[in-house]
Formats: sequence, C-alpha cells, structure tokens
Amino acid sequence: MWSVVVIALNTFRENLRDKILYNLVFFALLLIGASILLADLTIMEHHRMIADMGLAAINLVGVVIAIFVGIGLVGKEIERRTVYTIMARPIRRTQFILGKYLGLVMTLSVNMAVMMAVFLATLWLYRAPVHGALVQAVSLIFVEVLLVTAMALFFSTFSTSTLSASFTIGLFIVGHLTMDLKGIAEKSQSETVKAVTTAAYYIFPNLEMLNVKGQAAVGVGVPYAYQATASLYGLLYTAALLVGACIIFQRRDF
Amino acid sequence: MDTIRVEGLTKQFPSGWPGRPPTTVLDGLSLSVRQGEIYGFLGPNGSGKTTTIKVLIGLIRATSGTAELLGKPVGDVPTRRRIGFLPESPYFYDYLTAEEFLTFYGHLAGMDRAGLARRVSQLLEVVGLVEARTRQLRKFSKGMLQRVGLAQALIHDPDLVILDEPMSGLDPIGRKQVRDLILGLRDQGKTVFFSTHIIPDVEMICDRVGVIVKGKLLATGRVDELVNQGHTQSVEITCQGIAAERIPAIQALASRVVQRGSHSLIVLPRPDSLEQALAEIRKQGGTLISVTPHKGSLEELFFTSQGPAEQARPVARS
Repeated sequence: MWSVVVIALNTFRENLRDKILYNLVFFALLLIGASILLADLTIMEHHRMIADMGLAAINLVGVVIAIFVGIGLVGKEIERRTVYTIMARPIRRTQFILGKYLGLVMTLSVNMAVMMAVFLATLWLYRAPVHGALVQAVSLIFVEVLLVTAMALFFSTFSTSTLSASFTIGLFIVGHLTMDLKGIAEKSQSETVKAVTTAAYYIFPNLEMLNVKGQAAVGVGVPYAYQATASLYGLLYTAALLVGACIIFQRRDF
Repeated sequence: MDTIRVEGLTKQFPSGWPGRPPTTVLDGLSLSVRQGEIYGFLGPNGSGKTTTIKVLIGLIRATSGTAELLGKPVGDVPTRRRIGFLPESPYFYDYLTAEEFLTFYGHLAGMDRAGLARRVSQLLEVVGLVEARTRQLRKFSKGMLQRVGLAQALIHDPDLVILDEPMSGLDPIGRKQVRDLILGLRDQGKTVFFSTHIIPDVEMICDRVGVIVKGKLLATGRVDELVNQGHTQSVEITCQGIAAERIPAIQALASRVVQRGSHSLIVLPRPDSLEQALAEIRKQGGTLISVTPHKGSLEELFFTSQGPAEQARPVARS
C-alpha cells in the first residue's frame, strides 16, 4: 500500500510541476467573462445561465484533464522508459497502475474543489441562489471524471497516446449516446441491429446517467437514491476499467 | 551460490504478421555470475545484452528457459529490495531535483525516512552531485544524469547491481568515475553485472566476462583465460646494429622482420623461440633495445566470435 501512496504523491507532484492547475485560471476567466456578457438578460435567466455555464465548464475542464493527462499516465512512462527503474523496485505492476490513477485523482480533486469554490463565489457575487442540486450535479460530474480517467488509463496500457486519446474521446461520446442506442434497439425491425445496439447499450458506459446539469441549473435536484445508484454505477465501471488496465499491464513486455 | 543463474534462456518477439516467423533475440542463453564478482557482459549492438537484462529485471518475459537472481526466480518482488538497476540511456522524472529523485526511489525500496536522508546525502557525495542536489534533473547534463542514475541504483544498498551500458555517452573522466564506483562496489562485497560494447572497460575492471553474439553466449570466463585461450602470445624484439632481415637464422624464427634505419623489429610468433633469437642477435653483434610480449586481446576474441560478416563492421567505442 505504501508503494501506491509513493507513486500517487509523485504523480500529483508531477501534475503540479507540469502546471496542470493553471487551467483554473482559464476556468475562472471563462465563468466570470460569460457571467458579465450575459448580464443583460433578466435576473432569472441570468442566474440560470451562470449555473448552466458553471456546471458545463466544470464538466468540460474535468473531462479534458482526465483525457489528456490520463492517456499520459502510463503511456508517457513507457515511451520515456521511466517505467524501467520503477519496475525494478519491489513494487507490483498493479500497485503502479493504482498509484498513477490515484495521483491524477488527487490532482482532479483539488481542481474540482477550486472550480466549485470559484463557481459558488460567482453565484454569490451575482446573488444567484445556491441549491443542493448544484452540489449533486458536481458530485456526479466528479464520478464521470473518475470514469473517464480510468478509460484513458485503460487504453494507454496497450496503445499509443494518440490512439488512447481517440479511443477515450470516442467512448466518451458514445457514453453520452447510449440512451439513443437503446431507442434504436426498440424501434429497429432488424434482429441484428437490435442485438448489436442492445449489446452496445449494456457494454458502453452510460455517461448520461451521470448528467443532471440541466435540471440542477434550475434548482431541481434528483432523489438521493438516484444519485447513489448513478454514483455506484460509475464507480463500478471505473473499477472494472482499472482491473482491465491492471490485467493488461501485468502481461505486457516493455 | 550463484548470484545470477540463467539457463537456456530464449526470447522470441512475434513478427506482427501472420505466417512470418518470430525474431529470436536470445537463443538458449546460459550463464552464471558468482557472488562478489564484477561480470562484464560484452557484445556488439543488437546482440541481446539489453534483452537479457530486461528479462533479469522482469521487464519482459522469456519465451523459455529459467533465470534466477539471488536464488529466487526473476519477477520475485521482495527480492528486488536487494537489486539495483540502471537502464541504458536512462530518462528520469526530470521535474524532480536530485534529492527528491533519490528520496522517491528510496521510498519505493521501502527505506525509512531518517536512514534515507542520510543515504541520499552520502550517495550525492559519492557521485559528485552535492552541489546539484536541489537542481531539477531537466537541467542536468548527460554525464550528471548517468551519475544520478547510478545513485538511484545504489540508494537501497543492494547486494546485486545490474547496469546496462553504464559508461555509454560518458567522457573519459566520467568513465573513470564509473569504473572506480564499480570497483568500490566489489570491495564492499557487492556483485556487479554490467553490459557494454566497450572492450577496454571490461578488460580493466571485470573479474569475469561473457561474450554474447546473436543471442548466444559464445565465451565466458576470466579475461586472461579468454584472451589466451587459443591465441598464441607473440613477442616483439627491437635491436640495433644488425640488418636482421638479412640473417636467415632470425628470418626462420620470426613471423615478421622490419628494418627501420639502424633498428630492426623482429616479431616472434611464439615466446619459446625468444632465447634462440636473442642468442642469434648477440652472435651477429647486435644490441638489444627492448623485448615486448604481446598478449591476445579481448578485442581479437570479440571479432573472432562474430564471424566474417560481422568482423567487417567496426565496433563502436563511445
């Protein structure tokens, strides 16, 4: 366990020194800039737009970091051969994968916490109401970000950075369209199409399940049971991807 | 007990195309390294040195054969506490300072905080990087990186140190420092296994040598055993006052006679004819200047081992 912590802390330090948290400046400027630009709207619309923009920006920044830092977590170590000296230490490959993942999760947690604080400060500045629904939405965005990080890490254990990025972005898009796949399966006359789309619906992650931004922006929350189920679903999918990443990494030659 | 034992190691890499045979990089390699010795693993580029080391470290799996380090099969995680490793042309986390870098590797080896801080300072001194301790590795020269890499291999005071081309890319001073460091490790009772294609480095510091060519171990043993095995020592005599090339008795003994002004250079193919040649020189009124015995070199063995096609290629010396 100690080795996992050592790797995680080093990954976190790497992210800090690579200035990944500079994205927060971009986030703050985007949110504050948009809020000023939208100031001409009616108060109700203005508040809703700030909430909408804030949640969307938190989601976008989180997912972008998860994909583009996530694909380098293991891929960069292999390409630069830094993994050689790590693997020569008394550390299991599984511990390495988990350490790298947790290191990025630490970075993302700090990032999300700061973004949430900036978001709440912006709402307070414009006297917009702060609902529990917003916190619910951000917590589900965080689960989505954890899942996307695991996707990127999974692909990077067996493919190049470019391919990993393509696969992760592809899966992220499909993940938001799985409800449409289900719809196609229900409406299709072809048994083959029905079978393929139904299989795809169950295999690919249902990321829309974690998306409650729209209703949260107008102050409507989701039941706690839904939040718990959706979070559990996302975390289980994440765990499955990490197990897959560990199995692949365990078998590969460097 | 052997510190390293390799038996019948074979590694094949798939071609990536169906129907095409795999590439064999290691072909039934067997070797053993004894405790406390410096073992030089010599071979030309592409001969399988790095692949062997990767198998020993557990970075790749052998297709067949067995390998043991310190009495345990390779891949045994707890045994790695006793092994230090420096890869070829290492690339490290360049955002870390030298101190942070060594501390990180010490933590991975399970060292405690207090002992680690002492060890980091001690090793930075040994490799001559005390003044660069707070500098990020991205600002290090290649030689400095190699030295800090050696320090990470030694941070946990391992019993076995495996170094892949440790002198590669270093200037003569850097190479001497690394050689001294390796000799120092032997004095401490450590076993050192290092690969290289630089023959003089091997001749200077190794107790035993293994010569690998095309994935096979062609020769192994002490350097002096290897260079004398099957190689006749020659003797070179320099004298003056006679025209040796015109003396039939000397011509009969020598493999080569060269006249340079008043000096004659006589090369005897065997040392046992030395007395006879010296007697003939004295008899003819010549004066002896020098007698130089010539041993066979590891370089000769290296070239002979590679076969005619490979011999045409020069061996790089960096």
